[in-house]
Amino acid sequence: MEVVFKAPHALVDVPMHYCPGCTHGIAHRLVAEAIDELDIEGKTIGVSPVGCAYNNYLYFNCDMVQAAHGRAPAVATGIKRSLPDNIVFTYQGDGDLAAIGTAEIVHAATRGENITVVFINNTIYGMTSGQMAPTTLLGQMTTTTPFGRDPKVNGFPIRISEMLATLEGPAYIERVSLHDVRHIRKAKEAVKKAFKVQLARKGFSLVEVLSTCPTNWGLNPVEALKRVEKEMIPHYPLGVFVGADLEV
Amino acid sequence: MGQKLLMKGNEVIAEAAIRAGCRHYFGYPITPQTELMHYMAKRMPAVGGVFLQAESEVAAINMVYGAASTGHRVLTSSSSPGISLKQEGISYIAGAQLPAVIVNIMRGGPGLGGIQPSQSDYFQATKGGGHGDYHMVVLAPASIQELYELTVDAFNISDRYRVMTMILGDGVLGQMMEVVDFRDEEIIETYDKSWAANGHGNKREHNMITSIHLDPAVLEQWNIGFQNKYKLISQNEQRYELFNCDDAEIILVAYGSVARICKGVIKEAAAQGIKLGLLRPITLFPFPAEAFEKVLNIPKAFLTVEMSSGQMVEDVRLTIEGRKPVYFTGRMGGMIPTVNDIISKVKEIKEKHD
Repeated sequence: MEVVFKAPHALVDVPMHYCPGCTHGIAHRLVAEAIDELDIEGKTIGVSPVGCAYNNYLYFNCDMVQAAHGRAPAVATGIKRSLPDNIVFTYQGDGDLAAIGTAEIVHAATRGENITVVFINNTIYGMTSGQMAPTTLLGQMTTTTPFGRDPKVNGFPIRISEMLATLEGPAYIERVSLHDVRHIRKAKEAVKKAFKVQLARKGFSLVEVLSTCPTNWGLNPVEALKRVEKEMIPHYPLGVFVGADLEV
Repeated sequence: MGQKLLMKGNEVIAEAAIRAGCRHYFGYPITPQTELMHYMAKRMPAVGGVFLQAESEVAAINMVYGAASTGHRVLTSSSSPGISLKQEGISYIAGAQLPAVIVNIMRGGPGLGGIQPSQSDYFQATKGGGHGDYHMVVLAPASIQELYELTVDAFNISDRYRVMTMILGDGVLGQMMEVVDFRDEEIIETYDKSWAANGHGNKREHNMITSIHLDPAVLEQWNIGFQNKYKLISQNEQRYELFNCDDAEIILVAYGSVARICKGVIKEAAAQGIKLGLLRPITLFPFPAEAFEKVLNIPKAFLTVEMSSGQMVEDVRLTIEGRKPVYFTGRMGGMIPTVNDIISKVKEIKEKHD
């Protein structure tokens, strides 16, 4: 019998710890499929973040380095500058990348550091139990904005892809979503393109992935996917911000 | 043979690192160590290495973490306020057991402090600095020649034990010029680095560099391993200089540039008929307890001299354990103790014990 669908080799065959309905598992799979299809597992080094994905070094079958909160782009820079012929990616959430790690991501991007960043935006801190993230939408209730995010107190949600797109360093930036199969397939293409950009030595690539956090949003998995479509996409429009014409 | 050059301390550290096989430097400007960066910016491209000016000290130390994860020799440097910023990364490097070398050319603090030389980061360097039960190896050179030799040693020690090693100098050493005699060839020790995250090449299991272990029983085992390593380092790596101690009435204890001043004090005191010796720790961690045991019974007292409020003196007291009187004198804030300052203190102590 012909095998038509199987687990990617770049994922270790162990149970993941993520909550039911969380899209981290899908995002991991997309990264792993890209690594498999480009046949780069042996030369890839991933950098794990702080947040729910802190221990994804256990899940990816390539060499992995666990970084301090927000520092993954700096760690990845140290790796890539040491091993310029290898493939280096970071996997970071919005607390990690858009709050404590803002300096590191901006400067890795503006240097045109030839790394790939997978940026999970679910508008909340997951691991530390649902605090406000820089990406939290106005009015969104979190454990640190129990009455909803108020711009007078907490300011406004930050659009990372648009902000980084103002820089000259990045080669490719796209925002995608995991809320349905059609969008997951588009996300897959974006992640794969990001790695291809790196393989072609074109420079910095980032894919922002709109994701769910049913547990901390207080929604069931289906409602959570609907929230991505109805509430997040209007504020975080999908599309290519840098490198739309880039052929790799 | 060799090559004799007149060079500035900060530049000698950079040249020594390159000679030791270091091809990766990540840093951020801060006085009084910045010449080290300037030297690297020029020299690294010439030797096919990497020089990168980071956006912050925090980023620089995390770039070090990344480069060290790949098994390459890597250096960063800074001065006191910048070293405080690097503590996060230093703790992670300790937790992930990565070999790397860091330079602190100390200036007066706390806060932004000043830019004149100081030794007030002794506690931070030797007791941890960042969070968690860990140590760096801390080397304290006292001359330009020693800056060179200890920098080369630092890379070998780091690789030997998978630890971070700090060169702890001060603004005097960083800024002064002296003749340095470079060897024709360096002793570059090579160790197994099969732990490195450098791409498994489909030939081995994937390597994971991490400092997180959420199971406390597992984390305790890691910590026990670290402590055993520090014990081994303490057994193998204590270094010190004993100068003029044989019949000393008082033994001065000082490291770095203060130890040089103390040699001047010994000469001046001898002219006044006072016999002084010097115990100069070269490793601050491990603290050279061996040296104290060797000379313990010789003097009436020990006098620790530092450019701080009295930090190393605590280790001197812990080592001597009340078996001899221990005194302290020092200056702070970038002021350098003079020969006369120290001799006055010596006379005060002598009066008490004669």
